[in-house]
Amino acid sequence: METLLNDFSPGLFVMQTVILLALIFLMVKFAWKPIIGSLDERESGIKAALEAAENARREMENLQADNQKLLQESRLERENMLKEAREIKKSMIEDAKDEAKNQANAMIEQALEAIENEKRSAMAELKNHVASLSIEIAEKVVRQELENKDKQLELVESMLSDAKLN
Amino acid sequence: MKIAQHTLKLLCFLLITLSGSISFAANDTTQKDTGEINTSEKVKDYIAHHIKDSHDFHLVSYTNDAGERKHVGFPLPVILWSSNGLATFMSSEFHHTDDGSVIVEKNGSKFVKVHSKIYELEPNASSISFDDEKHPINANRVIDFSITKSVFGMLVAGILMLLLFGGLARQYKKTAIPKGFGRVLEPLVIYVRDEIARPNVGEKHYRKFTGYLLTVFFFIWVLNLMGLTPLGFNVTGQLAVTAALAVFTLIIYTVSGNADYWKHMLWMPGVPVLIRPFLAVIEIAGAFIVKPFSLLVRLFANISAGHIIVMSLIAIMVVMKTELGAFGSTLLSFVLSLFITLIELLVAFLQAYIFTMLSALFIGMAVAEHDHDHKHDDHGKESTDAEDVRSEFI
Repeated sequence: METLLNDFSPGLFVMQTVILLALIFLMVKFAWKPIIGSLDERESGIKAALEAAENARREMENLQADNQKLLQESRLERENMLKEAREIKKSMIEDAKDEAKNQANAMIEQALEAIENEKRSAMAELKNHVASLSIEIAEKVVRQELENKDKQLELVESMLSDAKLN
Repeated sequence: MKIAQHTLKLLCFLLITLSGSISFAANDTTQKDTGEINTSEKVKDYIAHHIKDSHDFHLVSYTNDAGERKHVGFPLPVILWSSNGLATFMSSEFHHTDDGSVIVEKNGSKFVKVHSKIYELEPNASSISFDDEKHPINANRVIDFSITKSVFGMLVAGILMLLLFGGLARQYKKTAIPKGFGRVLEPLVIYVRDEIARPNVGEKHYRKFTGYLLTVFFFIWVLNLMGLTPLGFNVTGQLAVTAALAVFTLIIYTVSGNADYWKHMLWMPGVPVLIRPFLAVIEIAGAFIVKPFSLLVRLFANISAGHIIVMSLIAIMVVMKTELGAFGSTLLSFVLSLFITLIELLVAFLQAYIFTMLSALFIGMAVAEHDHDHKHDDHGKESTDAEDVRSEFI
């Protein structure tokens, strides 16, 4: 113990104190402050970058989910549209068929009516024709026959027997 | 461990065979004293001398052909505060004497150097004389502000640190990631900050003390490593140096101690009033004597012991030359000192770590914020916070 105390040099103690003080001051000013500062800066930068990456990932996930939902929706819509279209097609065909049937019926009726009319007019014309013909004949016959009285009577007789029409 | 055992066995075997066969180097020991360190007594003196601080930077000594002892090294400035005021001269004026035989006269004072210490002779004395216990009787100690080898070592370490870490700091201005040696230094800085300062001082206050802790850590570590080089520094093995370091920590934790810290020291809450004064005495002794002493003695003793062991093992080469032969003793000393030096390499780091860690811990205890109305959870138990866990751990 005595040698230890004897070896203790107060001068060295003072020198060490002065040097250490100066060293602490210089190191803090020129080394530790800038080093720790940039280390902190870098660490916070890394932290921020990691957070940003995480956010981006989450956003991406959200976006993907949205996309999936959208796709699902559009598929459903398409199906609905197809179904609707099919129904419309069906009803349109039905309608068209009905229409056509109606139209055809109407046309047939019209045609029948026209035919009836034509037939009637043709009949009338025929009647007229027959009438005029028979008058002509009758005239001729009358002229020939009516040269004598007997003959005229005979004729009228025969004609009347013939003209038992309808 | 297994490998180490194996190597040790192999070594013993080699040594036994070698010591038996080689004995050519057993030369005569009766030559006259040339100042060579060749006996165990001289080795003991040499180690004791090395452990102390010295006033000149001595590298090697050799004996030339004419039989003269030559010393290689360089002198360092001596700065003294004597009874006649300041006196400065170079240490070479003592001519490498360490027994007070050369007297240097400066400013009307006569100085002699005895066992690495400088004394001022009393005005009427013409030469130094000693009592039976080899204490000078007609000379007084002077206050010695010399740039001794230790001070020189500190300056070297300081400049080294400023260059290395200043360089690292400058690198950050250009890029966020350092290059080259900076890549080695950066993890060390982060280690001290995250493993020593942050957990021990506490998340809230550690920033204020990181500068001091980093400086002290690297200062001690660099000086410890310099002590392992053949330059023979023994800075952290000087009691004055470790004492100054411990005093720094003492001042920091005393100044930054909060009200809680003082309250717990002087008037401990939660114990009977009669016990409180006794606890205060114990606490004060702990804070102002035990803590600094644990810091300064641990570092000083570890590093001094390391130096003594390494030097003693190197000395095997000299003192066991007659028993083992030149080759055997050299091999034994080489292997053992290599082994211990590797351990010392670890100790160099470990002591720097422990000093810094304990400093951080003491500071952390002084700035810790105890909340006395601890939050209780549903079961009525106190929820532990980090500060409580730490104080239990201490």
